[in-house]
Amino acid sequence: MKVKSTDRILVWSLRAASATAGSLVLLILCFLVLESVEGITRVGAGRFLNDPGWHPSQGAESEFSLVPMIAATIASTIGAILLAGPVGVLAAVFCRFYAPPKLARAFRSIVELLAGIPSVVYGFWGLVTLVPLVRELAPPGASLLAGILVLAMMIVPTVALLAFAALKNVPPGHLEGATALGLSRWTTIVKVVFPSAASGLGVAIVLGTMRAIGETMAVLMVCGNITKVPSSLFDPVRTLTANIALELGYATQEHRAVLFVSGLALMIMIVLLVFVQERLQRRARLA
Amino acid sequence: MTITPHGSLKKAPPLTIPPRQAARLPESDAAAGGLFEAIQRGEAFETVVHEATRGEKPVLEVSNFNLWYGEAQALHDISLVCPDGKVTALIGPSGCGKSTLLRCVNRMNDLIDSVRVSGDMTLNGESIYTAGVDVIELRKRIGMVFQKPNPFPMSIYENVVYSLRIDGERDRSVLDEVCEQSLRGAGLWDEAKDRLQSSALAMSGGQQQRLCIARAIAAEPDVLLLDEPCSALDPIATGRIEELIDELKGTYSILIVTHNMQQASRASDYTAFMYLGRLVEFGPTDEIFLQPRLKETEDYVTGRFG
Ligand SMILES: Nc1ncnc2c1ncn2[C@@H]1O[C@H](COP(=O)(O)OP(=O)(O)OP(=O)(O)O)[C@@H](O)[C@H]1O
Ligand SMILES: [Mg+2]
Repeated sequence: MKVKSTDRILVWSLRAASATAGSLVLLILCFLVLESVEGITRVGAGRFLNDPGWHPSQGAESEFSLVPMIAATIASTIGAILLAGPVGVLAAVFCRFYAPPKLARAFRSIVELLAGIPSVVYGFWGLVTLVPLVRELAPPGASLLAGILVLAMMIVPTVALLAFAALKNVPPGHLEGATALGLSRWTTIVKVVFPSAASGLGVAIVLGTMRAIGETMAVLMVCGNITKVPSSLFDPVRTLTANIALELGYATQEHRAVLFVSGLALMIMIVLLVFVQERLQRRARLA
Repeated sequence: MTITPHGSLKKAPPLTIPPRQAARLPESDAAAGGLFEAIQRGEAFETVVHEATRGEKPVLEVSNFNLWYGEAQALHDISLVCPDGKVTALIGPSGCGKSTLLRCVNRMNDLIDSVRVSGDMTLNGESIYTAGVDVIELRKRIGMVFQKPNPFPMSIYENVVYSLRIDGERDRSVLDEVCEQSLRGAGLWDEAKDRLQSSALAMSGGQQQRLCIARAIAAEPDVLLLDEPCSALDPIATGRIEELIDELKGTYSILIVTHNMQQASRASDYTAFMYLGRLVEFGPTDEIFLQPRLKETEDYVTGRFG
């Protein structure tokens, strides 16, 4: 009897906890949608894409184009994942298949540490180190490129750790079988390990991408924050996240509502990625 | 037949030899006073090798081979000759080093950092362990099948022709030919011919194991290493694999690890009995099973050991 009642308490507190977590997410989503609906109806959805620029607080003359911010977010995220994806996966491959055990362990601890560094520190480092370097290539320095580099630095640890987990999941039988057939280590990795870990590696990339999309502080510090569609890597840009962080504090009326719309846009991107990730994960479990 | 870990050895009832067989046993002084106890104490002893093994043309020769996992020695001074075109069975209690010895033949133990070896093996007279041996080439000449079937997550066809693909073979007709031959060789052709392009993972365990054998023989190896190939299979699938071994011998030289005494006696020409990292007795299978020189071997093969 006693066991049963403690069991019931445990079950109910677990239920309460997950219900709280779930309803919080729903609450945030509802709030975003509600606030955005107001923006969409008052401004008109077409203007987010068709207005000539972003001048949100000039009364009747206001312009509400989200295109520069969306372009900046997409460009910086793609750039970051193009750099961090291969680097992270190769780091994981090195750690799993090439490094001597001691080195591999040290390497993993360092990567775990890197994954835990607050983003403002990355931003700070980017501002004082990377931006001047980029400025030497082409002024002004604070630019899309600087943002891509800082983002890449930030998500390499995430990608590497998840990729390592994916590689570890490859059944040892496949490795032994490949070795016994006379495949070299690299051939084994390319022909047997990668196909077998493909879904897991995909999840690593997707989660890295999500981190890059959502990152605010570091990009805000190094990107220059000009609301213009970039025409080169050296142009300053402003991402959706940075835009919200910079303006929400003083935005009123339509301006405020449109910021919520941009928040919703971010949320939609993330939901799509979560969807992709779920599918990959299901495949990884089946494989 | 069940195998007891050697830890329970001390609890075993006193060993007695029926008079009929005791009369047949030559007086081996190693057997006197408990050979297993002597081995446990780490005393040196001489492997009992039957004369009949010496006349054969060897494909694989192991000479004075030792292996250590870190500080722990797992193989002690093993010398063994695997005759060409014959089946040699490795038997012995769990943990005695059968898999370790098998994995030394194609240098799979290179993958384990702590492993150290001394002594040598030769494959068709060529040294396996001297410096400068191309391990990749060596492994291509040796086929290996593991305890747990391990087909790659790809089609049946691709599994079979994998080693050729890796070597860059593109000619479809060659690949088709090898695929059919290997599957026929592994006794899987009739079951697989209509589903060559479907996933190998959708096959039954027994089929997967025969697929692994097909994959191993597709490269036409000099030696086939089988590490308890039937331990994950039911009796019918086991029977098929045993038939297969019978068909493959002659064409291939086979070294098989098994815990199944009937299997060893049915399928092999020669049997090596190992204990705690030593090779205890090696001879023709019928002699090992019917007229072993050592009391310990007899106890093991008759199942009185555990
Ligand atoms: N990777 C390893 N690292 C350290 N020790 C090992 C390793 N593999 C095996 N050993 C040890 O070497 C000894 C021989 O093991 P091995 O696997 O060769 O035995 P086996 O005869 O194949 O046993 P089984 O019949 O259970 O498969 C055992 O004592 C085992 O603990
Ligand atoms: Mg074994």
